[in-house]
Amino acid sequence: MLFELDRLTYQYEQLTALDNLTLSIPEGSRIALLGANGSGKSTMLRILDGLHFANSGAVRFRGDELTEDRFGDDEFAFSFRKQVGLVFQNPDIQLFNPTVFDEVAFGPLQLRWPKSEVRERVGDILDRLRIAHLRDRVPHRLSGGEKKRVALASVLVLDPAVLLLDEPTASLDPRSQSQLIDLLVEWGGGAKSVIVATHDLGDLEDIADRCYLLDRGRLVAERSPADVLRDRELLERTNLVHAHRHRHAGELHSHPHVHRD
Amino acid sequence: MSARHGFIERTVDGLYEAMEHALHAEQSAGATGLLQKLDARVKVAGILSLIVAEVLSHRLWVIVSIFAGAVALAMLSHVSLATLASRVWIGALAFTGPIAIPAIFLTPGAAIHRVPAIGWPVTMQGLTTAALLLARVETAATLTLLLVFTTPWNHVLKALRVFRVPVVFVVILGMTCRYILLMLETAHEMFESRRSRTVGALTGPERRRMTVSTAGVLLSRTSQLSGDVYLAMQSRGFRGEVYVLDDFRMSRLDWSAVAAFVALAGWAVWAGH
Repeated sequence: MLFELDRLTYQYEQLTALDNLTLSIPEGSRIALLGANGSGKSTMLRILDGLHFANSGAVRFRGDELTEDRFGDDEFAFSFRKQVGLVFQNPDIQLFNPTVFDEVAFGPLQLRWPKSEVRERVGDILDRLRIAHLRDRVPHRLSGGEKKRVALASVLVLDPAVLLLDEPTASLDPRSQSQLIDLLVEWGGGAKSVIVATHDLGDLEDIADRCYLLDRGRLVAERSPADVLRDRELLERTNLVHAHRHRHAGELHSHPHVHRD
Repeated sequence: MSARHGFIERTVDGLYEAMEHALHAEQSAGATGLLQKLDARVKVAGILSLIVAEVLSHRLWVIVSIFAGAVALAMLSHVSLATLASRVWIGALAFTGPIAIPAIFLTPGAAIHRVPAIGWPVTMQGLTTAALLLARVETAATLTLLLVFTTPWNHVLKALRVFRVPVVFVVILGMTCRYILLMLETAHEMFESRRSRTVGALTGPERRRMTVSTAGVLLSRTSQLSGDVYLAMQSRGFRGEVYVLDDFRMSRLDWSAVAAFVALAGWAVWAGH
């Protein structure tokens, strides 16, 4: 198993973000973590990335339990960081270097890659994401879509076996959303594991072959994307859709409304 | 900017604009002038050596010569003199003038003129002292602004490594500037959002209450942001030590510039004594 969560509970002071969560994520799977705002998706990604640690229960990555003590070991930490990459929802927290090139090179340099290889790999990934023209720009001055691409490049450059994405299409225009989805679908030729936290149901069948639905920190369903999209009652109960009323030719008309963002 | 805006709002707006300008003088730094072609390390070291030389100099004509050289460099680097005048010369004069003017009357020496009505003596030594102070400040400010206008901020920071400044210090400095800008931007947007929902003038206590609540929200956001940035760094392998790329290259023009800066600074120190 890639990840195993065993009765995992995580609390932010008084607030329980994840409540007694048990689930398994197999190798090579493409998972969507679905849930409304505050359902615990982002917290779960941070736990899977070894940034937060459970208050109770356990999380295992390829059989190794992820604990603070385990990350004290340099060899384990470097190996884990090489294998698992997280793209944060807000690119501003991920873009702290003076130029786009430095930003993308940050991860490989911290993992002590040879500098010649860093230069080569950074150039490759900038070309691949079609942002080579931004290489000397200050990340702060980029548009929202460009920032997202740079944040993605800064993780993809490490070529991680597991890619964690927190709301990757949030605040992107429709064209950028579509390009990003295409990239995720093509990335790794299907050999990599991708775990996406989202409440966007539009591209669910493209990006995932399994969905976990979270509601207030609890796992409420584990289904295929097609099954999730068919179950209107479940989607309404977890605040992922609501009835949308509008007029057609003067007549009031109502149908489920899917949250795009 | 309306006079209705409070002192804090005006200050935040002004700081935001100044930081934006200082950090991202990309347009002028991207121009194809002489200084823009030079390696940032050469510029930082060369301009610093000229500033040290002019500060050590005790002869007005030597300092004025360096000032003239700085003006020539500005013209060769397509930095407009109007920009220098408005952003540097007038400001430096306004701040240094009030300090320099009393020296004209207070410095002991031979009186060459007396102020009508009050009879204060204007001494040659006083005039020289005031002129030296003004010339030094104007020259140093001009050279510094030339560096800022012709070099992207990130290159200036990287160039600090030439002076054996620890990498971690340079990285933290860069990140601090970048996130100060982000927080100023947030504060700026919060004030704009509040203005869009406010009708009429607020009373003093209301303004103070708003300012305190804004400061509280900003503090909380800063705290959360710093935690998140640290997590984002950890996520990409940061373990307390920072590793960076040094990708500067020295060209023939850079070596020529080093020679010119060294010669000019050396001459200024020698001639200024």
